[in-house]
Amino acid sequence: MKSRQWIRWIWPIVPILAALLVTSLLLLLFGASPVTSFDAMLQGAFGDTSKTLSVLAFWVPLLLSATGLLVTFTAGLWNIGIEGQIIMGAIAASWVALKLDAPSAILIPLEILAAMAAGALWAALSAVLKTRGKVHEIFSGLALNNLAIILTNYLISGPWQPPEGGSFRGTEPFQDAALLPLLGESRFSPLSLVIALVAFGMVVVTLRGTLWGLKLKALGKNLRSAFLLGVSSEREMILAMMFCGALAGLGGAVRVLSWFDSLRQSISGGIGFLALLVVMLANYRMFWIPPISFFFSMVLNGAITLQLRTQLHSSLGGILTEMMVLFVVLFGDATKLGIFRKKNDHE
Amino acid sequence: MTMSESQFVLTMASIVFVSMPLIIAVCGEIITERSGIVNLSLDGSMLMAAMTGFVIAYESDNIWAGFLAAMLVGAFFAFIVAFGSIRLRQSQFAIGFVLTLLGDDLSAFLGQNYTRTPGPTVTHFGIPLLKEIPIIGPIFFNQDALVYFTYFLVFFTWFWLFRTQPGLRLRSVGERPEAAFARGVGVNRQRYLYTVIGGALVGLAGAAYSLDVKIGWSDGHIRGMGWIALAIVIFGGWSPIRGALGALLFGATKALASYLQSRFPEVSVVAFNAIPWLLMITVLLLVGSDFTERVILMAPQRMQRPLQRFLRVSPPKALGSTFVED
Repeated sequence: MKSRQWIRWIWPIVPILAALLVTSLLLLLFGASPVTSFDAMLQGAFGDTSKTLSVLAFWVPLLLSATGLLVTFTAGLWNIGIEGQIIMGAIAASWVALKLDAPSAILIPLEILAAMAAGALWAALSAVLKTRGKVHEIFSGLALNNLAIILTNYLISGPWQPPEGGSFRGTEPFQDAALLPLLGESRFSPLSLVIALVAFGMVVVTLRGTLWGLKLKALGKNLRSAFLLGVSSEREMILAMMFCGALAGLGGAVRVLSWFDSLRQSISGGIGFLALLVVMLANYRMFWIPPISFFFSMVLNGAITLQLRTQLHSSLGGILTEMMVLFVVLFGDATKLGIFRKKNDHE
Repeated sequence: MTMSESQFVLTMASIVFVSMPLIIAVCGEIITERSGIVNLSLDGSMLMAAMTGFVIAYESDNIWAGFLAAMLVGAFFAFIVAFGSIRLRQSQFAIGFVLTLLGDDLSAFLGQNYTRTPGPTVTHFGIPLLKEIPIIGPIFFNQDALVYFTYFLVFFTWFWLFRTQPGLRLRSVGERPEAAFARGVGVNRQRYLYTVIGGALVGLAGAAYSLDVKIGWSDGHIRGMGWIALAIVIFGGWSPIRGALGALLFGATKALASYLQSRFPEVSVVAFNAIPWLLMITVLLLVGSDFTERVILMAPQRMQRPLQRFLRVSPPKALGSTFVED
């Protein structure tokens, strides 16, 4: 085993290199230089203060969603419906922002509460469909995602359309009092980052140090042994989903109240699916979640600049992150791999 | 009657036509899942196959080369799922889900210079004599070669699964891999084989959109169809004939929605977009929930068994599990 120690050390870097290699090949295929392209991406992420603040602003809802998913993944649930939970949170926050006239000190907490409640309820729907209806959460989540998108489009083009007519782009901008306090001219709200980091800390403590965390782990590892231990699987599943939905809804509120100033058509921007990738990449190592989600935010923001500069499709950022996760999911868990295993050594 | 007979025939024929790719994908996934593996990557692999099929057919001006390339792409995606779960023992769901997102982005990137370009399509070909049969003829036999292949595929998949020895082996590795292995069946070899074959059909389904039903490629134009296919596999109880009926039902609902939309323009367009997803939840609830079971038990004794067979489904018992041969 000793001679193979070095493989274990460099192993985590391999997926990153492999993903960079594949994306470089794709760039070459389209006649673009990988070096200039990756440089453009870096410039797009950290080129100036406003770009860096954009990375931070995108990071907050992503971190919130990934933190929520930590709970559902621990309970063994595939919360693909997180995308819809973010959107429902955004809708609920927008509803308060559009319909209520109040000072910031009252309005913002109300928006956040409404968003968390909406996300939690949307998630609970998925959970109840699973426990009572035997509908797998992947399918209910997916359908609920699409229904949330359709609801957004309906609101934007119908009841909440701006006075000058529905353009399918978004509602009119919210009143200033409804928006989160932003740093300078950026779309970054330091308050939201503090909330996200606190939420992350709370989840880490909950999962590591409380009985509920232990119950969720039992549930995720083995449904039957959890049942024998007296864990009510239905109750814990619904609670875990609602917990995640509340954080996702909060992420949605951050999207409409800081990144945008109104409810938009693609309000989530794929953050929910991205958060799923973050948690898969972290593979239960909780403390990796903030840095990985920050890195993803950097890549996706960089890809937008890449598209502006080179006219190449911005899906390259997605490809880079997905390749990385694919390699980690396939080869990352070194102990499961044949190369670390003697021939006659099973499980 | 608000619809004339010819209108009815035309509508039905178009339902059969637009449902065809979905039926192919459903058959492919049924073959894969019957062997015990879930290929969750359908939504992404169909997009990749649709893009590849279109680009290859466009560049080579040979539509069959396009279909072949699409099938290879679908088979390759499926192979990754099989290899990852069998050899590397990782979660099939995780691999499939990442491949879904990757296929979506990769197809958008690689196909970026080919969006909304007119390209080759399958030519229409009515079967002589058969297409003259009243009503049935124009609905089923005035289509194109790919549609006729789909009829054959549904029947052949059913026959293979339920009426042949190799089909029995295939189902045995999905139901009781230990028993099959004890009887000398190479469980994982079977799973590789049928996952890849199923994946090739999924690829064909993707190209059936870009080279036939949708005529062309634009990124994300069939996003969601892979997930619908996966849901129909469940609704269809892992049977190709019932799965095909499920796909046709889905096509019919969409046709109904667009008909209603033209009749009631005052109702928002977006309301009709919700129908497929509400339908997805409803049918999965119908075949899965305990409530259905209770309703069935309230029916007269003689009706219970047929109702159960009609409404309840059960997945292959070893679906999604890994098997270690030793």
